[in-house]
This record gives sequence, structure tokens and C-alpha cells, in this order.
Amino acid sequence: MKEYKTITQIAGPLVFVSEVSDVGYNEIVEVLLPTGEKRMGQVLEAAKGTAVVQIFGPTAGINTTGTRVRFLGETMHLGVSPDMLGRSFDGLGRPRDGKPPVTAEKRLDVNGSALNPFMRDTPSDFIQTGISTIDGLNTLVRGQKLPIFTASGLPHSQLAVQIARQAKTVSKQKEPFAVVFAAVGITHEESSFFMREFQRSGALERAVLFLNLADDPSVERIITPRLALTTAEYLAYEKDMHVLVIITDMTNYCEALREIAAAREEVPGRRGYPGYMYTDLSSIYERAGRVKGKKGTVTQLGILSMPGDDITHPIPDLTGYITEGQIVLGRDLHRKNLYPPVDVLPCLSRLMNLGIGKERTREDHRGVADQLYAGYATGRDLRSLAAVVGQEALSETDRQYLAFADRFEQRFIKQGASEDRSIEQTLDLGWELLAGLPESELKRVKKEHIEKYGRKFRKDEKKAEKKEESSEKKEEKK
Amino acid sequence: MGKLIRISGPVVEAEDMAGAAMYEVVKVGKEGLMGEIIKIVEDRAIIQVYEDTSGIKPGEPVEGTGLPLSVELGPGLLTSIYDGIQRPLEAIAKETDSLFLPRGVRVAPLDHKKKWEFKAVKKSGEKVRRGDVLGTVQETDLILHKVLAPRDGTLKSISSGKFTIEDAVAVIEEDGKRHDVTMLVRQPVRRARECAEKLDPTLPLVTGQRVVDMFFPIAKGGTCAIPGPFGSGKTVTQHQFAKWSDTQLVVYIGCGERGNEMTEVLTEFPHLVDPKSGKPLMQRTILIANTSNMPVAAREASIYTGITIAEYYRDMGYDVALMADSTSRWAEAMREIGGRLEEMPGEEGYPAYLARRLAEFYERAGRVRTLGSDERYGSITIIGAVSPPGGDINEPVSQNTLRVTKVYLALEAALAQRRHFPAFNWLRSYSLYTELLDTWFTQSVSADWPKLRAEAMALLQKESELQEIVQLVGPDALPEKEQLVLATTRSLREDFLQQSAFHDIDTYSSMRKQYLMLRNILATHARAEAALDIGVQLKRVLAMPIRENLGRMKEVPESRLSQLEGMQGEIDKAFDELGRK
Repeated sequence: MKEYKTITQIAGPLVFVSEVSDVGYNEIVEVLLPTGEKRMGQVLEAAKGTAVVQIFGPTAGINTTGTRVRFLGETMHLGVSPDMLGRSFDGLGRPRDGKPPVTAEKRLDVNGSALNPFMRDTPSDFIQTGISTIDGLNTLVRGQKLPIFTASGLPHSQLAVQIARQAKTVSKQKEPFAVVFAAVGITHEESSFFMREFQRSGALERAVLFLNLADDPSVERIITPRLALTTAEYLAYEKDMHVLVIITDMTNYCEALREIAAAREEVPGRRGYPGYMYTDLSSIYERAGRVKGKKGTVTQLGILSMPGDDITHPIPDLTGYITEGQIVLGRDLHRKNLYPPVDVLPCLSRLMNLGIGKERTREDHRGVADQLYAGYATGRDLRSLAAVVGQEALSETDRQYLAFADRFEQRFIKQGASEDRSIEQTLDLGWELLAGLPESELKRVKKEHIEKYGRKFRKDEKKAEKKEESSEKKEEKK
Repeated sequence: MGKLIRISGPVVEAEDMAGAAMYEVVKVGKEGLMGEIIKIVEDRAIIQVYEDTSGIKPGEPVEGTGLPLSVELGPGLLTSIYDGIQRPLEAIAKETDSLFLPRGVRVAPLDHKKKWEFKAVKKSGEKVRRGDVLGTVQETDLILHKVLAPRDGTLKSISSGKFTIEDAVAVIEEDGKRHDVTMLVRQPVRRARECAEKLDPTLPLVTGQRVVDMFFPIAKGGTCAIPGPFGSGKTVTQHQFAKWSDTQLVVYIGCGERGNEMTEVLTEFPHLVDPKSGKPLMQRTILIANTSNMPVAAREASIYTGITIAEYYRDMGYDVALMADSTSRWAEAMREIGGRLEEMPGEEGYPAYLARRLAEFYERAGRVRTLGSDERYGSITIIGAVSPPGGDINEPVSQNTLRVTKVYLALEAALAQRRHFPAFNWLRSYSLYTELLDTWFTQSVSADWPKLRAEAMALLQKESELQEIVQLVGPDALPEKEQLVLATTRSLREDFLQQSAFHDIDTYSSMRKQYLMLRNILATHARAEAALDIGVQLKRVLAMPIRENLGRMKEVPESRLSQLEGMQGEIDKAFDELGRK
């Protein structure tokens, strides 16, 4: 082990060490302060004679005379073991619950390696979250990465907890599952909300928690999600568990990334975020999936606050390009006191088609989802028109669309914080709402599905039609 | 041999590199990671490394290979999946027995041991020109691989039989020197393969997607850009093109995109059947997968790897479609490498040579007469997805792409959000091939094709004008004729432009079906207009059951197109009755 006392420059979270030799890129570093305190760091640049080290934690107290830097000769590793379940750790993986460190069964590089695309398997197991807007319209499947785009003041934490509590697959077999929770720069209050909820639902003993809170060093936030994902990969691919990873809040991660880039005086990209943020984020989000020959899966549910409610801000924008869809929460719905305030129009689940349909959910799922979407979009458009010209100026059909949009929000979007709807309930509810629209408008659903699933909700109409038909026939006879 | 002096991410610096050439491939460090020289300062070389550089130390060796970045070409490319620098992902998975991509693994892109049945076409003693077909190998059921003469000369020997790609299958004598010909060709990727002549595209790439074929046709040998915000359907469109277009070969480059998307192609294509031959579509497909979390330098290379493979098959006389998803990630890779070189950046941090690189890439598309004495024609169609930040195309990658591409398919978030798919804005998209291809459309589909298109377009244009009025005064304030226009354009949008990629029948529409569908919608419109003229109320016109049939045209299978043919008569009958009442 090499130890140096040759720090020449300290700037922000970076320390420059000179006269070093045999230092590797990304190697882990221990910094020993004159006070005896120990901090961790990582080599960002290894050059002949010098190394640039990023310190996890504050640089306060580090000096150029008495501080020793120890290069550990390996990249960041995490000792993993099934005993981690039920434990909580800090942002660098040290126990936070006062219990002794876990005995590692294996030590894994936290940066992971890229999954060989050939070894991936198509995610196809439907996860029922019990939330209509997700199950019905933006279905989550095992192995997917589906973030929640939210904004300050919205109930994203409640939603995440509800998903974690209710998520199940339809298959009858009991399969081992686990939750890995990474708090990245959130407040104590939020973190204790999660803890309390996990405890209440009994999920805590199946959970591994990594907590970097708002007053913890921001540079640690670069590592925290990676620890969570390393643990998740281990539990999934070596212990056959279905792992749900919740990371909150990814915006804090990106802020930390920007902080380091600024300290290194790198050429900034959009809004000061580094140009490689896309690549960096993908090294987190892509660590989800289902792989060939393994039973376990890693499903990612990141929470990300959109600064200024702006979905085109670089953080949500780049995330949306990497993840397999997004669940977007809307302030307008929240103001209307609708929970969960899922603004369905900009939502998307790219893997939905793999998880729905016959034998997975129900054969009419795709059609119903599309029809509800189209109907709600039309209704929303008409609202602004009705505001200008008044409802009376609209056609009968348009008024039906307006009513549909209102009922859709009040009945389909809105549900209780512990209301767990089955997929059948969700789809039937969809048909019930669609019964408020004329049948000729239902172009997205197959005709046979209207008969099979939708007819029972449109009884009156059918009678009316028959009457009309018969009266027409009478006329013809005359 | 040089020594590393600085490592910072994917870009490293080495000294004692005198004699190394620009864009030479080098082996970096003890593990021999693959890299490429991208800048030379005196005896120092700046190298982009195609693999993760964690743990590499200053002082480790760097070894030159004297070769530019190249790909291996030969039988066995089809059905393969490669990373950005043509490492075979399937073979690596087998070799390493790992879920992940370990670094420093060396596996040849093609199977050098496998024996292929080579059938000689030329005879020994014949004079051959560069590019002549010497013999063939049945590579897959769908594709006959042609082995081309690498030089002019006299064929000294050639033999049919089973050979590996390294075996000499023929000997060519040129200027008294004998050269062995193998099926294996090593080709530098950053330079285009030669052809005899570039030609104007005259044939459409039939994609089976109505909005594209009818309104914004792509030519075989053309270029097409698809910019769009996330979630607007770029990838689904690319997949649809790869599945249904009437090209002979598909090279699909997943450049910095999601791993699961490549898996989808990998698992889905072997089950999809080519409508013409009945063989799995995978047999005509080559995948390049450099997902977003794989090394960024290899992402930069992936586009070149893909296009070089496409050119190789083009030179055999095939029509190749190349999908690049997404060129923005490629540009970002350039930006990232450029940033680490501390180059003076151009617009939005992208390197100043971005426009040139994009133009060079799209210029490698085209319909060509290939080298060789027989008349062979091949083409490469490039369809590039662009991912503009925030969906706003006023950014360097979109703008520089649109300057060189001929078809622009404008994806729009607002359409996608109301589930209008494919979410192409019909007023903003354009194709500069329409006139060039109209000859083909009028001859092969119907003489009134251009007329129908113009008519439908005019209606859609009119709709957007009327919508502005409706926003102010409501639809009822419009004259009945204009209300009818709105009803017809709604039908155009919902019954024609919208097409579900996930509906078993609707996913593909033949040219004939597209034509009949549009004809029926417009015929209904014409008859309805006439009915209004003779005083029939709009309400009665709109209540006609025949209108609902228009909405169900999509679901009519290709085998029962006569139903759509017959609709014209039904429309006439219904309106005749309406007039009589």
C-alpha cells in the first residue's frame, strides 16, 4: 500500500497529489487527516507523477502538510451478503443502524460492468401495482426502469411507497422479492417517512437501505445509487430474488455530478451539467433488467424532481431518453385534490406491450388503454374550447367527451392511498367510463372486445339502438 | 511501443509514440485494451479507448498495430449481434460465460473455423475485374453471399467446395504476381467503399406505414431523418421499418440506446416472418448494439462499423436499409471525446467538425452501380433517428442532419400524448422524393396516386386553418361544407394516418391497401359534398353507417382487399339512397 504526504492543491471536492507512482484510474483512496479522521476518495485522473482525487465528503480540515493519502490499489468495491436484508447503511455503505458490519460473502465492483445485450432477456412479467393509471395505461413489467417525474410539493413519496407495498405479479407462485432503497440527498423527514411506511407494511425486513441525507456529503451521492444497484444485482442474479430498486431523488445525484464537473473546470454542457451526463446516467439506469438463465430481476423506480416543473430540463430530458418510459405527476391534478396526481398524457411505458394482453393481463388491455387515452386527450382539448365558446356551442358528442374527461379524472385517476385495484377492476372501470361515449367513437377497441367486455356497461344504449332500428324498419315497411 | 502518461476516462495519453499514425489502432495497457489514436502532439499520442479504463496506470505499455480501425467482412455476418467495434456479443457471452461484458476479451467477429459451401461462378483462366463475382455462398436462406474479386487480373485457379473464410478459394494473377483470394475481407471503416457510379434513386422503399408511403415516401438509396422527443415513437418507427420495409437486408445500429430495445429485436425478429419468402426476418438482419452504458468511444465507432457492413452487401447488389438509433448519441460521443481533448467547442459544446461528420455519414447512402464488369446495382437507405434535447429541433444535430437528409419525418410529443401513432406531424414532415417516385407510384399502384395525395394534403392543410377559427367561435359557427371538411380530415387522421404497430393486421399496409383506403375516404368526401350541394343536411350525412365502415378498413386483412375495392360501390349506393329520401 502506497502512502503519500504530497498534496499540492485542494479545490472544492478535489485534491491534487503529486510525486505519486503506480496509481490507477478510478482507484479508491483513503485520506488520513492530521486529526486522525479518515475520508474516502476516488482517482479521477491518473497522470505521470500526479493524481487528481475526488473526496467523498467535505474537504474541510485537509491540508498540504500533515494529511496522508493512501492509494488502495482497487476500484470501489462493496461487500455483499444476503444478511444485508433488513439493514440500513450510509451513502458509502457503512452500517447506519448501529449494528456491526455484515460479513461479506462477495466483494463486487460498485461501478458494475455493462450487461452483454445478448444476455438480456425480454422483460414480460406484468407487475400489478394496484394503481389504475399505472396498471391500465402505463403497465410496469419486471426488469423495467420506470422513473416517476415529479416536482416539489407533490406526493411522489406516497406513490412510491404505495407501489412498493402493493406490487405483485399475477402468478400464483410465491417468489422471493426484495426492496433496495437508496436515498440520495433527501431530507430526514422524507427518509423517516419511507422508514415508517416500510416498517408498517412489514417490508423493512425484506429491504436494504442506503441513506445519504441532505446534510451528508454531496459527493457521496455519486456512489450511493451504485451501491444500491450492486446490491440489487447481487440479490437478483445470484440469489434469485425479484428486486425493486427505489432511488430518490435522482435530481440530487445530477447536482452532485455538476458540482464535481465544475470543480474540475470541465467544459459545461446544457445548464452547466457535464456533457457526459447522459452516459453517466445510463450507467445507473441500464442496470435494470432480466437476464438469460437467472430467475431474479432488477426493476428500477427512480424518483426525479423536475426543476421548475419543466420536463425539458436536462435532467428529466436525458432520463426520459434512457429509461423505458416515465410516470409524470401533475400539479394541476394535485390542486384538484386528486391522488395519485398522475398526469397520464405525458406518461409512457415502453415495455407495456410485452407485459399485457391475453394470458398476461387481458386481451382487450391495449385497446382499452388506447381508447381511454384518446378519449381523455380529446376531452382535455375540448375543455379549453368550451372555456372560450361555452358548452352549448359544442356538439352532443363533444359534450360527452367533456363529461368523460371529468369522470376519468374523478374515478380512474383518483384512488385511495391504500386502494389496491386488480387489473380486472381497472379494465372494467375503463369500459364503464367508455360507456359514456357513443359506440361509433370507439375506434381503438376491437369490435369483438366491445361485445365481450364493454357491452354489459352499455345496456341501455343497446336497447335504444334496437328500438331505433325497429322503428326504421317500420318506416321502411310503410 | 509507448508508455501511458495520463488516464482520465475514455481518453488516455501516451508518450514515446513517434511513428504512430493518426487513426491507427493501438493496444492499451497490460490487458491490451483496444484504442484508436485521435491526436498526435510531437511524440505523444492521444488515444480513445474502446473499453473501460478503470485501474489502468501511467507507465503501462501502448502498442501500435499499424492498422486503421477495420471490420471483418465475409459470410457469417448475418443474424449476428455486434458491439460498436464489431465484437461478437453472442460469442463473447459463450466464451466468458458471464452476464456482463468483461474488458480485454478478444473474440474474432466472424467464425474463422466454420466451413462454408463455396460455389465458383468464374472459371480458372478467365480475366476478372475488381468487383466481379467470383463465387457464391448461401449465407442464410434469404441471402446469397457473393464473393467479389478484390483486384483486376487473371484467375489462375478457383475451386468450389467447403472452405473456411481464411482459406484461399481462388488465386488472381496481376502484373505477374499471384494473390490468394479468401472470403474474409478486412475493411477500414472510416472510409467509404468504392463504387462505379452513384445514381439517382427511382424506387420507393415500401415501408407498409401509410403516412410514410403515401405522403412522405422514402427512396431506396435515400436518406431520412426522424427527430423527436423521448416517447414520441422513434424506436417503434425504426423497428417497424426494419420489420416491414421491402429491403433485402437490414443493418440496425443501436447507438447509445437502451439494452432492452436490442433484446426486443433479438427475441422478436427470429419469430417474425418475411412476408415474401416466409423465412425469419432475422436472416436478413445484422445488429450493432452499443447500448448507452457501453464505452462511449465504441459508440462513436458503431456508426462506421454499421455503414461499412452495409456497403459490403450493397456491393453484392443488394438493397440495404440502415437504421441508426440514435445519431444524437453518436454526436454526443463525439462531443464527449472532443471535450476530453479540450478542443475548442462549436455550437452547444459539439465539436466544430460535427456537420462534416454527419454529412459524410449520410453521403454513404445512395443507389449505386457497383464495381465489376456485370451490371449490378445496390443501394443503402439511411434512416437516422435524432433525439433533440427537449424535443426542440433548433439544435446542432437536428439542424445539421436536416441539411443533408431528403426526408424529414417530424415526430411530435403532442400527437404521441393523444396516442396518435405514428406521431408524425403531417404538416411539418416532408419528402423531397415524391416527384422522383411518382412515376413508380403511377405505374405500379394507380394513376391517380399523386392526385389523391394532393387532395388529402390540401384537406389536412385546410383543417389546420379551420381549427384556428373553431378555437375562437366553436365548430357550429362554420358553414356545413367546412364542417364536412373537419369530419373528413378527422377520418383521414384516425382511419388513415393512425396506424397501430401492435395490431396484427394494421401493423403493415400494402401499397394497394393504402391506395384503396385513401380512395374510399376521399370518395366519401366527394359524394358528401355533392349531397350537401343538393340540400341534404350535414347531420344526416354524418350519421350514415358507411362512415363507420371507413374506420374499420384498417382491420381488413391483405387477403381480403376485395372488400375495400367493393366499398366504392357501397358508398355510391348509400349516397344515392340518401339523395332519394
